[in-house]
Amino acid sequence: MIGLYRALLRLYPIGFRHEYGDEMAQIFAQRAAGASIAGRLALLLAAVLDIMVNAAAAHVELLRQDLAYAARTLRRTPLFTLTAVLVIALGVGANTAAFSVANFVLVQPLPFPESESVVRLCEGPRTGPTGWGCNNQLSPLNYRDFREQTSSFAQLGAFNRDAVNLVGGSQPERLPLARLTAAAFAALGVQPLLGAVFDSAETGADDRRVVLSYGLWQSHFGRDPSVLGRTVNLDGAAYVVIGIMPRTFYFPTRDVQLWTPLRLASEDYSDRGNSFIEAVGRLRDGVTFEDARADLDVVVDRLAQTYPENAETGVSFFRMRDEYSPRFKLMLQALCGASLCILLIACTNLANLLLVRAGARERELAVRAALGAGRERLARQLITESITLALIGGAAGVLVAVIGIRVLSVLIPTTLPIGTAPGLDLRLLGIAGLFTLLTGLGFGLVPALRAGRRAGFDALRSSVRASGTRQQRYRSLLVAIEVAASVVLLIGAGLLLRAVLRVQAVEPGFRADGVLSIRTVLPRLKYSTVERRTEFYQRVLQQVRALPGVSSASYTSGLPMVLTGGIARVVLPGEEVRPDGNYSVSRRYITPQYFAALGIPLLSGRDLEETDTGERAAVAVVSESFARRYWPDEAAVGNRFLYQDSTYTVVGVVGDVRVRGLERTSEPQMYLPASRMPTGPLTAYDPKDLVIRSSAPPLTLLPAVRRIVRSVDPDQPISDVITLSELLAHQTETRRAQVNVLGALAVVAMLLTGLGINGLLAYTVAQRRREIGVRLALGAEPRRIARGVVWDGVRLVLIGIVPGLLVAYWAARFINALLFGIPPADATTIAATIGLCLGTALLGALIPAMRAVRVSPLTVMQAE
Amino acid sequence: MPKSDNAAVQELLPLPPATFHILLALSAGDRHGYGIIQDVEARTGGMLRLSPGTLYRTIQRLLEQGLITEPTRRDTRLDDPRRRYYRITVFGRTVARADAERLAHLVGLARGVGLLGGTS
Repeated sequence: MIGLYRALLRLYPIGFRHEYGDEMAQIFAQRAAGASIAGRLALLLAAVLDIMVNAAAAHVELLRQDLAYAARTLRRTPLFTLTAVLVIALGVGANTAAFSVANFVLVQPLPFPESESVVRLCEGPRTGPTGWGCNNQLSPLNYRDFREQTSSFAQLGAFNRDAVNLVGGSQPERLPLARLTAAAFAALGVQPLLGAVFDSAETGADDRRVVLSYGLWQSHFGRDPSVLGRTVNLDGAAYVVIGIMPRTFYFPTRDVQLWTPLRLASEDYSDRGNSFIEAVGRLRDGVTFEDARADLDVVVDRLAQTYPENAETGVSFFRMRDEYSPRFKLMLQALCGASLCILLIACTNLANLLLVRAGARERELAVRAALGAGRERLARQLITESITLALIGGAAGVLVAVIGIRVLSVLIPTTLPIGTAPGLDLRLLGIAGLFTLLTGLGFGLVPALRAGRRAGFDALRSSVRASGTRQQRYRSLLVAIEVAASVVLLIGAGLLLRAVLRVQAVEPGFRADGVLSIRTVLPRLKYSTVERRTEFYQRVLQQVRALPGVSSASYTSGLPMVLTGGIARVVLPGEEVRPDGNYSVSRRYITPQYFAALGIPLLSGRDLEETDTGERAAVAVVSESFARRYWPDEAAVGNRFLYQDSTYTVVGVVGDVRVRGLERTSEPQMYLPASRMPTGPLTAYDPKDLVIRSSAPPLTLLPAVRRIVRSVDPDQPISDVITLSELLAHQTETRRAQVNVLGALAVVAMLLTGLGINGLLAYTVAQRRREIGVRLALGAEPRRIARGVVWDGVRLVLIGIVPGLLVAYWAARFINALLFGIPPADATTIAATIGLCLGTALLGALIPAMRAVRVSPLTVMQAE
Repeated sequence: MPKSDNAAVQELLPLPPATFHILLALSAGDRHGYGIIQDVEARTGGMLRLSPGTLYRTIQRLLEQGLITEPTRRDTRLDDPRRRYYRITVFGRTVARADAERLAHLVGLARGVGLLGGTS
């Protein structure tokens, strides 16, 4: 029984047990000796209770003491505390932010039930790579065949994307919308928050029902549940609100606010080339993605054999989870790598700080050990101190993470049906915090253990010098690691910066400054004929052109870099097959003055004119590359080409525009008169973007333009107000965000490394004061002494640079796809990085070197 | 060494009951831990029975505060070499007396209002 009691005593703090354990055991034994069995049992029970209560109290008491002690020591060295807290905050915060965003985008399941089974289906090339996401839309005919001839899908529904004018609020508004079949909603499997979604029962010709997003419900209807059953005016027609979706529901993308039923009429099933829908499905239970793909491939082959127009048509089939550009993945991975570098630097820096401090405190600890404080007691105190430091740093890290996540949310692809703001991932915060905590514990404890181990007198006599060399070696290693990690960050940030500059230097083909663009999409119900639409354009343009400062204004079916598609098939008269196999051109419908408004140079011929109507309207302006492709050996103006059963005559040639964006190659462009716009139900190719070039700052025109549109049609909303300069800046937005973040991390890394070098050299100089003094007394040149110190710093950098460069090269090859042609071993970047590192070493060595030179031989000798 | 001025004494008052009793026990002479427990138990007629945990945590605090000490020279008649003995310090006596006076004062007050039956 006494053994059991002794075991229980282990619950007390070690110091207490050593001091009083024996006494307590004796008392217990003495009492137990005279007692009966029942008495002994009662005694044991009482002892258990006694020990639990008092041991806990003893621990709390110690903790209170240690916390007070920690607070005192940390306050006494504010510079150390501040630096340590900042370093921890940065390491923990940057990692939590980067990994939270990456986890949100790349790992977390989409907000659909069993979201791994949700897949998307589009058309794609039958052979060759399909790229990411939806390659080409589906024709209803192919969609129907896929639906009927496959067995892998529990649900397969169709949808397409559009936008509508919502009239009835304070001012008319244009909102992104998606049309869905009932099966599409079923495939997503999300229940509405209120009301219902479309079911297969009612899909009559006049199915005017609408489901609202949570966001729209909140912003436009004040979250009023009675909105169910009310009607809203969309594009001039009354729609009944039947449901509200939950807050986390997005489909197909984040910006879509409304969902209406998609009706496929019999005429939609007339042509396999008429592709304007996409499909979303849910795999049947037990069917894998690969099974479904094989199932689809069978149908693809069958369709290709049966229908000649389908000979080249395959599918692009992907999990909904994967609908984002691989570039985002790479960017996020690069960021995670960078923040790991920062964590490494933070930990090494913290270790370094703690080692310096340990050196300074070794005497204090030795004194306390000599005065009888047990090793355990000292260790416990230092652990409390480290944990306190880590907790304060971690709390500051949460702040860094929250800000970081906001900055990084630019890197969330808009193509995924997820929200804009990932939450702070507490698990990740915990992991990053754990790293710093371990570092703190590891390097904070070493001095305590050493102080306890060494004989008191020895430590008291000259503690600092004795352990100097070995610690020096640890610290040099730590600084070299910091240098290496900084090199990786600098090279990465440098390469990406060079890439951004290169992208920004790409000529867009138009002059962006001084151009305002607004969008007015004319609803089909009201503007059912080309004539009515043309009249609207002309009335607006006439008044806009009369505004002071406006030099030109035009309507186009799509701005470059916004409407990147609109690809058409063009051949020459009499041609069945193009000799080079290239048919695709980019198509725009425009009014006169478009080229003047965008500053696209007219190379030969003429602009489109107001008189290009009726019979005379079969004219076109083409871009330089268009002219080169179709008429390599002669002038394009006056030549003819075939597009959609019509023959067009080229009347002018203009410069090429980067329609698909600065980083992609674009198809040759053709511009057709607005009056030739399609007459079908789709508004996608209607002229809708008004572009205005003026000498006044573009946005100052906006009120006047709004007034003009309202005077022509009070119900017509204006949307997508943007200057072309913004549009151009948007092209490099994610890149710039990434460079800014990486650059900031690299700068911080460099600063920390500089601090590390400085701290180490300052310490070395302080240690070598005596030696330096003697050498100076013996006539050594101060310059040589200083050079020695600087060389020490440079050597640290050189040791770190080589592994740093190797890792950086490997990392750069990994992100090669982001580098826009800059080689991973870019000489400029490497040279700049080495220069920066050496500069940092020099700066870090400056003060220690000066201090070394100022050592006075006399004082040093006297001190000994 | 502890300050013996009034402020230092007042800072420790009122003493927790266990502390007061331990100081009372030691006022009569040096004792080891078990001796203290027995003494307190006898003095209170079995009302207060200190547990070893409470005893030694209190002893630890009393040592830190300088109210008691471990004598280096022991009274040989009492000596049980296996045991640790404790002795009340001058400061400890001062504190114990101050607490006793505080209690007496309280008792006086209670008498004054007739709470204890007897008149003053």
